[in-house]
Amino acid sequence: MNIEKTQNGTEVTLALSGRLDTTTAPQLEEKVQESLDGTQKLVLDFEKLEYLSSAGLRVLLTAHKAMMKSGGQMEIYHVNEVIHEVFEVTGFLDVLNIV
Amino acid sequence: MNEMTVEATPENIQVITAFVDEQLEMYDCPMKAQAQIDIAIDELFGNIVRYAYHPEIGSATVQVEVTKDPLAVVITFIDQGKPYDPLAKEDPNVTLSAEEREIGGLGIYIVKKSMTDIAYEYKDGRNILKIRKDF
Repeated sequence: MNIEKTQNGTEVTLALSGRLDTTTAPQLEEKVQESLDGTQKLVLDFEKLEYLSSAGLRVLLTAHKAMMKSGGQMEIYHVNEVIHEVFEVTGFLDVLNIV
Repeated sequence: MNEMTVEATPENIQVITAFVDEQLEMYDCPMKAQAQIDIAIDELFGNIVRYAYHPEIGSATVQVEVTKDPLAVVITFIDQGKPYDPLAKEDPNVTLSAEEREIGGLGIYIVKKSMTDIAYEYKDGRNILKIRKDF
């Protein structure tokens, strides 16, 4: 997986490409951790993400909670069909902000 | 049928995924089904890596068989670790709020929902977990 980070004021975008799974989830966790400070809006762009597993869900949930706790928000863009189904069956469509 | 035996380590999740993908591509498996199968490998082989032999390291075998009528793939995960039936676990509550959420159990639940069939047996000291996905 590759993560491209761009910052615009208090908005941080992380564009993911490849696969978010057991092997790569720690990479995202690290990027999110170092992006939290002073960030009002965290955007995760999934345009080039092929799929995610439960290891990815865990990181997304932690990131979502961290943003909520600091009064900010997290949004996820460009979710493909496979990922949408994972969010749907796990109820994450109701938990995360999928745009 | 093709099979591969490797040490159940995190690095080998990718090795097993590549091994299975290679065979799926020979049969023109649709992209969506392939992604769902890859997720299932991450969850199921990942479980073997995390729990089967912990804290020791043991080996795991993955068998892949493609059937033509109906066009489907059957993948079997075999380990000789602690007996563990992932299907015996109750399905997770997927209606909880972000604060109440737990990730435990979601992986196997995703697999159950995306595969056509899943079956477990413990036989001769081996955990045998079989998934089938119709293309």
